[in-house]
Amino acid sequence: MSLIATLAGTDSETRKRALLGIGSFLLPLLVWSLVSYVPFIWHPKVEVTAPGGVDYFQVGMLVDKSQFADESNTAREQNLALPAGKPANPIYLPAPHEVAQAFYTGFTREPVQKDAPWLHESLWHSIQIIFWGFLISSIVGVPLGILAGTYSSFGRLSEPFIEYFRYLPAPAFGALAVAILGIYDGPKIAIIVIGTLFQQVLIIANTTRKLEATIVEAARTLGTRGAKLLTRVVVPGILPDLYRDQRILLGWAWTYLIVAELIGTSSGITFYITQQARYQHFDNVYAAIMLIGIIGFGTDLVLARLGKRLFRWDLAQDRR
Amino acid sequence: MNRDDLPSYLDQSEDVRARFDRIRQRETILEVRKLGKRYRSAQGEVDALRDLDFSVRRREFVCVIGPSGCGKSTLARILAGLDRHTSGEALLDGKAIEGPGPDRGMVFQGYSLFPWLTVKKNVMFGPQMKGLSKDEAERDARIWLDLVGLGKFADAYPHQLSGGMRQRVAIARALVNQPRILLMDEPFGALDAQTRAKMQSHLIDIWKNIDITVLFITHDLDEAIYLADRILVLKAHPGEVQEIIEVPVPRPRTPAQFNTPEFLATKARLEELIHPAPEPLPEDEQAVKPHMIRFTNVADNVE
Repeated sequence: MSLIATLAGTDSETRKRALLGIGSFLLPLLVWSLVSYVPFIWHPKVEVTAPGGVDYFQVGMLVDKSQFADESNTAREQNLALPAGKPANPIYLPAPHEVAQAFYTGFTREPVQKDAPWLHESLWHSIQIIFWGFLISSIVGVPLGILAGTYSSFGRLSEPFIEYFRYLPAPAFGALAVAILGIYDGPKIAIIVIGTLFQQVLIIANTTRKLEATIVEAARTLGTRGAKLLTRVVVPGILPDLYRDQRILLGWAWTYLIVAELIGTSSGITFYITQQARYQHFDNVYAAIMLIGIIGFGTDLVLARLGKRLFRWDLAQDRR
Repeated sequence: MNRDDLPSYLDQSEDVRARFDRIRQRETILEVRKLGKRYRSAQGEVDALRDLDFSVRRREFVCVIGPSGCGKSTLARILAGLDRHTSGEALLDGKAIEGPGPDRGMVFQGYSLFPWLTVKKNVMFGPQMKGLSKDEAERDARIWLDLVGLGKFADAYPHQLSGGMRQRVAIARALVNQPRILLMDEPFGALDAQTRAKMQSHLIDIWKNIDITVLFITHDLDEAIYLADRILVLKAHPGEVQEIIEVPVPRPRTPAQFNTPEFLATKARLEELIHPAPEPLPEDEQAVKPHMIRFTNVADNVE
């Protein structure tokens, strides 16, 4: 936020911030609504309401505007009944209310296809994949990053290779992961780990290096040495920044999810999305995509709040 | 007062002389012999410190002063064990200094308190590292926090305190370990003039009341004279001892002494040593040549 906002910090200032924040969501929604509900904006298709004399037209069919005009002309020339229709958007752009409805039915109405997973089942499966992937990555990556950032020789030994490895795109390991870990959840978790871990080590090593040197020096003059320097000074000293890093990295883990779920047997929210797209239930597709965003963004908001509580002593936490 | 009327800074009154005699009777706490620090830089080998020789007696207050780049901070860091010297030796109670330890307390200019700990826990940190139980550490911390006047702020976090208060915490945190010597590296450099004066008096009070020897790094001449028994004057490039001055200003010290003849004489001598002939400015400073243009009405003068 701007300097003025932080300096003022008044009630009206925070209200203004909140309003702008809500506005940033309403604005895209407004554009979407305009395109969906105002007939003369875009609407490149025509939805047939009466086929008239055109033999292949059916009620509810979407045809291109030009095609509809051509067929109307032909019908007029042959003195057949004129077809009727109304402007429509392509099937891949459902209107907001249709997506809103899909949100509701996704949780309440049984899927049209047999054996197809419910929306929430798919989502829960995805969340589990993310959880395990991120947990495994963190168990390895956080200690490694802290060590690399604290001990320069350890950093020099590990970081060049990690730096190299992080350029290898995680999905490239898909086939390998399937060969080793089978076709179910194993390879998917592995892809998320590969996508997150290497960035994690480097980012956390950097964060660790940014700890003020005099804080460590002060601790040493107070008689701290060895492992205690790490556990009592370095780790608590970087904890708020480490927490922030983890929040960002969790976001990255989500971006690897879709690719990861395509590996082996497609599963989770990705399977749901591809399945629904195949049957042209684009309202469901949008609902599922938005749900990923809501869950990701929502978790981050909750974690940010939690961070403010956990690290009251850290001034930087207030900035966001 | 005219400069020529000043007594020599070497003249000591009866009392002051007797005091220095008494100090010389005490045992040596810190002994520095032929201490040197050489490091490699882009310009080749550079001597940060060369052949430093001095000793500090028990409960003596020694200030180290010198122009920037004279290595006075390096000296403090070597004595604290944070940097290694490359020649000579530094002995604390006759034992060579190897690495940092709780027998030497250090107060940094940037406070360097642990921001995640409350004031009390900051002070408890040292005792707990020594292996004291939480209760013992807390008891010690309370005593020292009361001593620096921050008993009421025990549960505050460092970021809630002013600069002067933070430095008090840092002093308490260093002293709670009951070090043999307190090393202070320009501790009041970041404080405003008023707070600084208060902290100086406070430091003298602490020093008078507890068994502590102080080595105080500063670049402020008044501060050095006001605080010190002796002043170690360093010169830059390489950092060498120029002179060790016995401050002739009698104790107890008060801010009223800033204009006494002894004080002014000592200050004149320090100025002579630290700012001799004006050196030519470094090249990049010479390149700065303001070209003043009048942007206001010609008649609109402010002076």
